[in-house]
Amino acid sequence: MRAYEDLVIEAENRGLKISEVVYQNEMEDLQQSEQALFQRMRKNLKVMRESVAVGLSSEGRSISGLVGGDAVKVEGRRKTGESLVGKQLSGVIAKALAVAEVNACMGKIVAAPTAGSCGVIPAVLLTVEETLQVSEQELLLALFTAAGLGMIIAERANVSGAEGGCQAEIGSAAAMAAAAAVELAGGTPRQTADAAAIAMKSMLGLVCDPVGGFVEVPCVKRNATGAMIAMAAAEMALSGVKSAIPIDEVIDAMGEIGKQMPCALKETAQGGLAMTPTGRRIQADFL
Amino acid sequence: MGRSNVFDLLGPIMVGPSSSHTAGAVRLGAMARKILGEEPVEGTLSLHGSFAKTGKGHGTNLALIAGLLGMAPDDERIPEAINIAKDLGLNFGFKIADLGDVHPNTVKFELLGKTGCHAQVVGSSIGGGTIVIREINDFKVEIRGDYPTLVILHQDLPGLVAQVALLLATAQTNIARMLVSREKRGAQALMVLETDELVDDAVLVLMRRLPKIYQVLAIEPLE
Repeated sequence: MRAYEDLVIEAENRGLKISEVVYQNEMEDLQQSEQALFQRMRKNLKVMRESVAVGLSSEGRSISGLVGGDAVKVEGRRKTGESLVGKQLSGVIAKALAVAEVNACMGKIVAAPTAGSCGVIPAVLLTVEETLQVSEQELLLALFTAAGLGMIIAERANVSGAEGGCQAEIGSAAAMAAAAAVELAGGTPRQTADAAAIAMKSMLGLVCDPVGGFVEVPCVKRNATGAMIAMAAAEMALSGVKSAIPIDEVIDAMGEIGKQMPCALKETAQGGLAMTPTGRRIQADFL
Repeated sequence: MGRSNVFDLLGPIMVGPSSSHTAGAVRLGAMARKILGEEPVEGTLSLHGSFAKTGKGHGTNLALIAGLLGMAPDDERIPEAINIAKDLGLNFGFKIADLGDVHPNTVKFELLGKTGCHAQVVGSSIGGGTIVIREINDFKVEIRGDYPTLVILHQDLPGLVAQVALLLATAQTNIARMLVSREKRGAQALMVLETDELVDDAVLVLMRRLPKIYQVLAIEPLE
């Protein structure tokens, strides 16, 4: 089974970034040129940018009418300069809500790693881009780092709410975003591992309990909070804070917790928020 | 989950909200259209399990019709698919059904095409947008739509599999996966072949001329 630690060691030994190891491996596995891989990733980045832009300016509602219009509220307050958490972090929140709302409203997004968790990675990386003025090439590389970690999570555990709960979706997205943000901010391969571990540890045990079974409540807002966890984890790792438990072991723990989690809390809408009086009422009203 | 690639984790590009209930549903519709082999004009779609229970809130109905109209999972017209079908004068209806011991996200299509072809297709969306076609016209199959696929209905006779393989070999078409099944010895049988390259039309003509081959269906892969 593959380990993120192997990527870190290879990157350290060869003096490369994690992303460079990842895309070089993929060139071999997929038998595709560097240019072809980057072209495909550029398409992903383009759709991520578009989904942020659409969500930040749209007040559309989802099919059920439960979500929509919240990204606009946060972005509006941010623009007045009143943000409590600062302009940069309120931007993370607004962007994550934006993409997740576009998804809920049947707009176009990039699953990252899933549709339900599509807001975390674009929110974090596009905010780092704004803050640090990185190049598009560096941003594309960071996406390979995120995907490289995602592949290892998918192999050692899973990235499916039905299989592992929300920790496997937003948790994985937060870990992927944290690792990518650290690389983008100039951190070392080892620091990307620490950031990923810290982010995923913070999401362990989170259940998948969508009201009515829709990818709306609480999914949309969890994209925003997951993105904030990713930012906090990246900040810690860049400061030299280490994770006591290595990332591969955290991923394995996430997989085990997913197995131990009862079925009612894994995307079946039979437990948690879905079974609250309000959750039941919303479902009854819709059906 | 098995070995994946970077674009399984960042991707697909799709219209939301759910990879299994929306993107997978579009691909199921698109695959049913390819199996029918022409534009469908009429159809009944039977929704099973989670497709039946939570499909409405995920736009599963819209997504299935979008696929039948030939749209891809990232087509921004998906939310309008049912209206588009109505405007085109196409007649699709939905039913809730118990399709038995199948994956929770399963649909059965009963389709009529514009030149009168019929097809009955059962397929499941098994996660992350991946699909499996389980049944075509009551025959059990397993088609994921990622390779060009031949479905060949024939009589169970010695040497027929070799003859089909020889035609493909002559055309330098490589077989990636093959499944053979039969009702009983000497009775009606089925070959499902996934190939690395698209099968040449000339090869299909020759294949259809082989004795005791009743039907050859060539299905293009999904995008």
